[in-house]
Amino acid sequence: MIFKRKDLLGMEELSKEEILFILKTAESFREVLERPIKKVPTLRGKTVVNLFFEPSTRTRMSFELAEKRLNADVLNFSTSNSSVIKGETLLDTARNILAMKVDCLVLRHPTPGAPHLLAKKLPVSVINAGDGAHEHPTQALLDLYTIRERKGGVEGLKIVIIGDIAHSRVARSNIWALQKLGAEVRVCAPPTLIPPLIEKMGVKVFYSQEDALKEVDIVMMLRIQKERQNTGLLPSLSEYIELFSLTEERLNLAKPDALIMHPGPVNRGIELPAKLADGKRSVILNQVTNGVAVRMAVLYLLLGKS
Amino acid sequence: MDKDEIRRALLRLSHQILEKNREIEDLVVVGIHRRGVTLAERISKMMEEIKGKKLPTATLDITLYRDDLTRIAYQPVVRNTNILFPIDDKKVVLVDDVLYTGRTVRAAIDALIDFGRPKKIELAVLIDRGHRELPIRADYVGKNIPTSSEEMVEVRVEELDGTDEVLILKRT
Repeated sequence: MIFKRKDLLGMEELSKEEILFILKTAESFREVLERPIKKVPTLRGKTVVNLFFEPSTRTRMSFELAEKRLNADVLNFSTSNSSVIKGETLLDTARNILAMKVDCLVLRHPTPGAPHLLAKKLPVSVINAGDGAHEHPTQALLDLYTIRERKGGVEGLKIVIIGDIAHSRVARSNIWALQKLGAEVRVCAPPTLIPPLIEKMGVKVFYSQEDALKEVDIVMMLRIQKERQNTGLLPSLSEYIELFSLTEERLNLAKPDALIMHPGPVNRGIELPAKLADGKRSVILNQVTNGVAVRMAVLYLLLGKS
Repeated sequence: MDKDEIRRALLRLSHQILEKNREIEDLVVVGIHRRGVTLAERISKMMEEIKGKKLPTATLDITLYRDDLTRIAYQPVVRNTNILFPIDDKKVVLVDDVLYTGRTVRAAIDALIDFGRPKKIELAVLIDRGHRELPIRADYVGKNIPTSSEEMVEVRVEELDGTDEVLILKRT
């Protein structure tokens, strides 16, 4: 297969073949991360800018590390110390950065579609590192990679995503990606955190964790955004914990070899207790390691050519 | 070259390698993807039959070390590098099918050195077709085939192509 895309904007637009090709390529980069010298000269002379208009530790560090492991030059940009506060538009900011001759923009932005706008207007590669509540494709790719690594494949697996589905780009990207690879996807949350018409995406909706967890292979927990507590969507945090926090007892309803995933950052004691987050069924830190390999693969496939 | 000629050339290579490296304690074989991997496995097996001892054998993909990534239209497929043993202070025999410009070997040496500091790296190839663009030579050559740059040398192996043969084709 030849990967012809200029940009990686979301999982919705990728075909099954493209997804599998990225994951296969990532396997080779996963091996690079185990070497004594974890660096290859592949993107020597290329420059990548990480444009982050929202806070992020994991994703930004993971991209930066992936870029550095491939020998690209890296520039980091965050809103707090930039001209954005002076009123510069996104497109102007990007055009000014491009005038300095860069090859790729990695963009995180609170507005859905922001990376798509840049991809359309600019000649360089754009990677979506999260756009509002829309998509976070590299997170879905690293989740798929981790599932395949542990389960051998995705086809036929039952996967439940639990938490704030309404505001989650991770949920949306994963729903598209997992379904393309043949998994059955369930979502589970209080009704206020389930977006209307989500059934149209082909998922099964559950309001009770006990029902949702039955016979699943993967439990994917999402972060509860504590800052949303005052918006009236959650009556109280303690009620949420009571009904939707993962417990060992509830986990027993899933398959005996079910895995626990979380895109981070974990609120210990809210989405799940520390005991489960650190337990042997948790693959949360494997997800983080695989994230670097998956991002290296994406950067290589977009930039490793003329 | 036909199947038998290839077999005899590889057997001769194996004997030459063993003649030059009498101590095989620290000898390892590394094949370059893709045909080099197959040939490395065969040479390793022949040496095992001669010496009665299995030599550590690994595979190396040089894609990430290529010097022409900025000049080609689509990126090549990255294959697995699988070096499961330390190569520090080892004598590494690098194996490839055809030695041509020397650029693949340059990339392979750079890649190997990222895995450690071998005592020595030697190069074994089935075919040397000339036209070097870098100061690189092979230590062991199955057959020298003088070619013009309009020609292509194609090595086919049973494991990947269903047949053992070496063909000289005109570039179309």
